[in-house]
Amino acid sequence: MKYSYYPGCTLKNKAQDLDLYARRAAVALGFELVEIPEWQCCGGVYPLGTDEIASKLSSVRALNYAKEQGQDLITLCSACHHVLKRVNDDMKNVADISDRANNYMQLDAPYKGETTVVHFLEVLRDRIGFDELKKKVVNPLTGKKIGAYYGCLALRPGKVLEFDDPENPQIMEDFIRALGAEPVIYPYRNECCGAYTALEDKNIPAKRTKMIFDSADGFGADMLITACPLCMYNLNKSEADSKVPVYYFTELLAEALGVKEGVEQ
Amino acid sequence: MSLTMAEKQAEQIRQISGSDPYKCMKCGKCSASCPSFNEMDIKPHQFVSYVVNDNIEALAESKSLWKCLGCFACVERCPRDVQPGRVVDAARQLVERQRGGDHLHAEDIPALLDDDVPQQLLVSAFRRYRR
Amino acid sequence: MQRIGVFVCHCGTNIAATVDVKKVVELVRFEPGVVHAEDYPYMCSEVGQQKIAEAIKEKQLTGVVVCSCSPRMHEATFRNCAEKAGLNPYMVEVANIREHCSWIHKDMEEATKKAVILARAAIAKVNLNTPLQAGESPVVKRALVIGGGIAGIQTAIDIAEAGYKVDIVEKTPSIGGRMSQLDKTFPTLDCSSCILTPKMVEVSTHPNITIHTYSEVDKVSGFVGNFTVDIKKKARSVDLDKCTGCGVCQQKCPMKKVPNEFNRELNTRSAIYTPFAQAVPNVPVIDREHCLMFKTGKCGVCSKVCQAGAVDYEQQDEIITEKYGAIVVATGFDIIKLDKYDEYAYSQSPDVITSLELERIMNAAGPTNGHLERMSDHKPPKNMVFIQCVGSRCADHRGKSYCSKICCMYTAKHAMLIRDKYPDVNVTVFYIDVRTPGKNFDEFYRRAVEQYHVNYIKGQVGKVAPQPDGSLLVQGVDLIDNKQIVMNADMVVLAAAIEPNPDIRKIATMLTASIDTNNFLTEAHAKLRPVESPTAGIFLSGVTQGPKDIPETVSQAGAAAVKVIGLLAKDKLKTNPCTAKCDVMMCNGCSTCANVCPYGAITYEDQEVRGPGVREVRRVAQVNVALCQGCGACTGACPSGAMDLQGFSNRQLISEVDAICR
Repeated sequence: MKYSYYPGCTLKNKAQDLDLYARRAAVALGFELVEIPEWQCCGGVYPLGTDEIASKLSSVRALNYAKEQGQDLITLCSACHHVLKRVNDDMKNVADISDRANNYMQLDAPYKGETTVVHFLEVLRDRIGFDELKKKVVNPLTGKKIGAYYGCLALRPGKVLEFDDPENPQIMEDFIRALGAEPVIYPYRNECCGAYTALEDKNIPAKRTKMIFDSADGFGADMLITACPLCMYNLNKSEADSKVPVYYFTELLAEALGVKEGVEQ
Repeated sequence: MSLTMAEKQAEQIRQISGSDPYKCMKCGKCSASCPSFNEMDIKPHQFVSYVVNDNIEALAESKSLWKCLGCFACVERCPRDVQPGRVVDAARQLVERQRGGDHLHAEDIPALLDDDVPQQLLVSAFRRYRR
Repeated sequence: MQRIGVFVCHCGTNIAATVDVKKVVELVRFEPGVVHAEDYPYMCSEVGQQKIAEAIKEKQLTGVVVCSCSPRMHEATFRNCAEKAGLNPYMVEVANIREHCSWIHKDMEEATKKAVILARAAIAKVNLNTPLQAGESPVVKRALVIGGGIAGIQTAIDIAEAGYKVDIVEKTPSIGGRMSQLDKTFPTLDCSSCILTPKMVEVSTHPNITIHTYSEVDKVSGFVGNFTVDIKKKARSVDLDKCTGCGVCQQKCPMKKVPNEFNRELNTRSAIYTPFAQAVPNVPVIDREHCLMFKTGKCGVCSKVCQAGAVDYEQQDEIITEKYGAIVVATGFDIIKLDKYDEYAYSQSPDVITSLELERIMNAAGPTNGHLERMSDHKPPKNMVFIQCVGSRCADHRGKSYCSKICCMYTAKHAMLIRDKYPDVNVTVFYIDVRTPGKNFDEFYRRAVEQYHVNYIKGQVGKVAPQPDGSLLVQGVDLIDNKQIVMNADMVVLAAAIEPNPDIRKIATMLTASIDTNNFLTEAHAKLRPVESPTAGIFLSGVTQGPKDIPETVSQAGAAAVKVIGLLAKDKLKTNPCTAKCDVMMCNGCSTCANVCPYGAITYEDQEVRGPGVREVRRVAQVNVALCQGCGACTGACPSGAMDLQGFSNRQLISEVDAICR
């Protein structure tokens, strides 16, 4: 199975681990990530304004490229996943945005949201299946107690993203189980880390991450996993006493599949 | 009938946000859910009623515009589908679209950086804090 | 040629403010057949009716058109008036220039034009009307009540007391419904089962009432006064006559791990069970899905211990067929599923419960024998938080648009009872509005605040976070203080929205009764016919019609019974003469009409057909006018134009269209 792969800005830079281990895992699991040539940054934040068209076009270009390849579009970063799914929903269901975006784009055929956007975790759950994944694990992470940190952009708004139940998600917990570890469920796994306020007000992420770590640690987590580079940054900068190590989910996946030191595509 | 400046701006916020503040039943679930509640001078539920009452000047001066995390907890949980987060965002855009409305300036950036800052943080902050 | 009189009503200013009624009178005067036209402020008044009667006599009218409100309001009034004046009532037509015209338009010129067009259409139709005679059909003097909760019980008792036979069909093993699950009732705080069980006994011993529990309505045919209903009596596996209700079978049953529906699955029951101690009938059923005998073929303990020999594993489902004159729907409600509201952690903590679960916990016969305790560790709580409007008043994809109406009052009740019995427990209620319209209701709520110091906070809860120590962190807002509140609780109680019993869709379809977008049954008129369905002979009782509490339900149940009694008291009903009729000369016997008839009113027979140059035996359609409801499906479907509806013939309808398009 070939996917049009949209890595996003950070995966080429500060979050290279998220990308690298995903590529290695994909080889082990038998699917191919074909990077979209000349992809452009999604902007990190979905442009909420109903009259914001230009800032949605980088997503439309990537979505249309995948459509032309006849492939589904796969992402890893929570923010890219969020922006691409929401813009795709606009192109499919919001006539005004769709028409105006297509006027700008002047494509051979108008783009109407035909592409399916999937998060890497959704591929594991819905295409490969966690039972199958479990069979391919060679280094089970037995005994590790792992807290899934979803953050906000992966889940909300649930009606558009359809990633999982936004208030009680299971996908990362099932992923952790498939790797042979024990998921730790704690209530702040879907609460925001403080996001971009980190740039000018460190106070906000400091409070948010302390709350998240206190909760995860209280329920006995040895480590957290995330799919979002900004969450990773804010969690890593935390000075909470309860702090535990944070990994990209792909790193643990590669480790469990025995390809952490392997060769990527 | 000619509209006052505030009425025009309130209408603009309704249009940009695509949200209908009249659907609000004043339950406060947005403010109950908001992770930035304590950082805000005008609270999420107040944003909605300020737009209903054309009280835009206060919104434009509010520091809440820069404290919303864009986490969509209020959008997800609003029982009336008012989507307060979109209203806050539209008020922010109204300010930024005016001359000199940017909250963040490119020359400020170097001082704010550290070695680990991910690109995602910069692009997100740019999109939120600048036109 | 008809001699038609046209009567234009002002309806005060309802019509006259938007429609120039004088102009309508002037313009319709010149329509074909019209010999008289006049207007009057209130045609439905005694004086107005007199004007119609006088004109019929003086001008020898053969037809009447009244331009007024909807025929649903006053068609019967004007037809009666005409009949008294010696005119066949079916020669009267109403042109609706109020609901269809004056109420929905603003521009007087346009509205007047439309009123004239509507009047013309009615005149064109009356020109082709023929006198019709209503037939008669007998009334079966027996009523069916679907649902054995307090609504169904009260309706059945009231009908039975008037001397008519009533059957109750109840899906579960016992009558009693939701009310049997409640602990206390507002606003008087009397024990629910103490006031319900006497009624359950009354209904079960009443000579005019037959109860079919563990049964469902399977099929309904017929029409008002004459319904035929198939009732499926599910195999109970216990003989109702032999069983003495000793209860030994339930004690000895080895399968005790079945979720107990009556206790909202807070504990378990045996596979052979009666739902609760006061069950009527006090005869258990075997839950075949969980019974070891049915699952594995090995067990038979209940049969062995039963002294009466009542256990019967071979029992089969049975269909019985009964005839009824009237049917009352009293299928009640359940609370919505809360899986879409997990910000409140309902599926993440056993200490987040619904109000109905709290009723069972507070009840002496419940899973904790009436002790207030957390389901996680069975310790008494210290801090309780109640959250109102969970899924009610929602405009999103998760909840219901309506107010569930009962939650404000039962939450005040819970809060008060807890503070009374456990004064050390702090009780906080997060509310949006406290709604207490009802006799002694607001006083009741105020008692919770003033006497019991229940902490009412105006605002909602955003998140309930289970903590490592087992407590619950509640994050809410106080809109009066404009502060976010984070407080610890041991138990959180959710006032979940109520919704009609999901079976109602199937039942409404069988009864051809209409339901609204929320699955509540629709009334014939929201204000004036609140207990009748628009489908004749179908009546509504209790929450099936809309959210209501026990006092309201009981009142409405009585009202429904009165309507049923009024129907059953008649020996015969006038039938609608506007039935389908087959022109055998044109019928080719294709069966299309019979296939589309929803009432099974069309049969085929070989009949000698005589006409110019024709004399032969043909297979032709025959309409049973007792069954035909005049829906017109057959006339639309008939490919040869043989089927026609009396009073709404194809010619009449086309002449109306022609008049409108002229």
